[in-house]
Amino acid sequence: MIKKEVNREGWEQIADGLAAKTSTLLGLWAERECVHICIHDPATGVSVATLQTPDKSYPSVARKHLPALRMERAIADLFGLKAEGSPDRRPWLDHGKWPVRTPFVPVPASTTPALAYTFLPVEGEGIHQIPVGPIHAGIIEPGHFRFSANGETVVRLEERLGYVHKGIEKLFEGADLATAAKLAGRISGDSTVAYAFAFALAAEAALDIKVPPRAQDLRGIMAELERIANHFGDIGAICNDASFSLMHAHCGILREETLQHADACFGYRLMMDRIVPGGVTADLGAAEAVRLLDWTDSAEKRFDELMQMYEDTASIKNRTNTTGIVSEELVQLYGAGGYVGRASGRRFDARHHAPYPPYDGLEFDIPVLKAGDVNTRLWIRAYEIKQSFILIRTFVQRLPQGKIMATLPSPVPSSEGREGMAQVEGFRGDILVWLRFAGDGRIARCYPRDPSWFQWPLLEVAVKGNIVADFPLCNKSFNCSYSGHDL
Amino acid sequence: MHTLLAKSLITKPLTIAAPQPDPAALAELAQALDQRARRLLGHSLSIREVDAGSCNGCELEIHALNNAFYDLERFGIKFVASPKHADVLLVTGPVTHNMKIALERAYAVTPDPKWVVAVGDCACSGGVFAGSYACAGPVSAVIPVDLHIKGCPPQPIDLLKGLLALLATVSATGDVATTGT
Repeated sequence: MIKKEVNREGWEQIADGLAAKTSTLLGLWAERECVHICIHDPATGVSVATLQTPDKSYPSVARKHLPALRMERAIADLFGLKAEGSPDRRPWLDHGKWPVRTPFVPVPASTTPALAYTFLPVEGEGIHQIPVGPIHAGIIEPGHFRFSANGETVVRLEERLGYVHKGIEKLFEGADLATAAKLAGRISGDSTVAYAFAFALAAEAALDIKVPPRAQDLRGIMAELERIANHFGDIGAICNDASFSLMHAHCGILREETLQHADACFGYRLMMDRIVPGGVTADLGAAEAVRLLDWTDSAEKRFDELMQMYEDTASIKNRTNTTGIVSEELVQLYGAGGYVGRASGRRFDARHHAPYPPYDGLEFDIPVLKAGDVNTRLWIRAYEIKQSFILIRTFVQRLPQGKIMATLPSPVPSSEGREGMAQVEGFRGDILVWLRFAGDGRIARCYPRDPSWFQWPLLEVAVKGNIVADFPLCNKSFNCSYSGHDL
Repeated sequence: MHTLLAKSLITKPLTIAAPQPDPAALAELAQALDQRARRLLGHSLSIREVDAGSCNGCELEIHALNNAFYDLERFGIKFVASPKHADVLLVTGPVTHNMKIALERAYAVTPDPKWVVAVGDCACSGGVFAGSYACAGPVSAVIPVDLHIKGCPPQPIDLLKGLLALLATVSATGDVATTGT
């Protein structure tokens, strides 16, 4: 990781580079006295630039590069730092319900006026609005969708998120390593392994901890099991939203089997707290490993049959083909990761493009398609499941003997100011975690960036021009995280 | 598709045997339910799930109740889309301030008699998010709670045992009913 301090001019140059598409935005976050921006430049790699903010403001990146917009609004809500020239000053995470304003520099809410929130205007004859949420009809996370429709056709979707904001970034502040690792595993429950993984890698980078090879491969097995479980669930759920319940039922069986194997192998269905800084907390027994391998064969065979059935069923294909299209230009601009990016031609997978153990040195395919519709996002998942089966077999078969935990220095010697960053490919896309330690081994600041930050805005585009009834299909095919985004 | 359907006819069901209701849950519920409510509801319960700030881990396991292994509907328990159709609110999360009003409104429009089940450590105690400026506290700090199902997240089998205890109490004619009133 390249790290540099920049002045306002340097900050503007970074924004210009993003706008010119010579680099991709990976994250934008703040501290009380500064803002940080993380970008990926193909020429120089990943870098973090820091701008001091003595005037409590900084030049808006979003005025040149829109993907930064919601992050700037979140920074204003949490730190009170203003983005100068921002095209949208509305709050984002702060709904005016917290007892404090700008919780990192708390001001009692009673002393500042409540925040107004106006949805963007939509004009035209016959346009009507459909407000949906925060509580949705299904068993899913809360958020508000404001549809403006002309008849059945969606003219504009505006998302309003932040309902599940739990103050996670603030809770990290001052947390000891064990507490912080636990918290990281609860940023988004469906990606608990990926978040714990990213947090552990960032902490290990900061503290120069070497993870034993066996623990590295076990992490790989857990991460791929999590990916498979979620992809099974998503494929079933997408089909279910077009009333193809047979796929849903059978994908549900495969998902349940995945979780039961995770439970048998690592003692936890969703594998929370199995990955911690230094290694893993559960070892894989020989008998469980054999059963896991046998299952991958049986599950893969059954999954192939299901996907054949999907492909052969015209009624479902009629719903998923050409529905919710996202252009390659937009996924490149937003740096959208995961199946959202890869279904629209953006070839990026952190396991390959920012390799970390145990994926470094491994050859595996990164499925990329172009059509960018619901069907393509579903197929990317299907192809990734196949790759994950291969990876699980590789890790199980080559699993070295040895320790599963590095010896952690206790207390951490001179951790003051040590920083670490990691990018991990979760099932949804690349997760970024940046952290800095305080002197006593506690976390001074931790910023986790969910892949959803760069996917949610594209859902608004994907649904435009589709009928309202196809929104659930579009939404499920994205399956963005609310909790990971709202923090 | 036909092959798959034909195969389903000859394969054994995956559905697990019904577990016993959780005794601890039965004891907690015995306080909460009166005879009248039991008569009204008979042997079925409609549940509205409300995520009030969960990390979504609980939602994943609640979802699992509908899969072929746990098959919640065989017990007469089903999830409904509106709180207006519900007997039970299944609430997860440390109740964020941003979700508090939505939760209160969902509770207000759920017709009586109604019960609230707090699912997961966050809903029961705030979990790892307890004390945050953004959280209002456990579910019981916002609306009355009749049953707590702990876990992070609770396993589907634990959810099932808790819900069966609720159903048993609601529809009981024998022992539980007498201890409950």
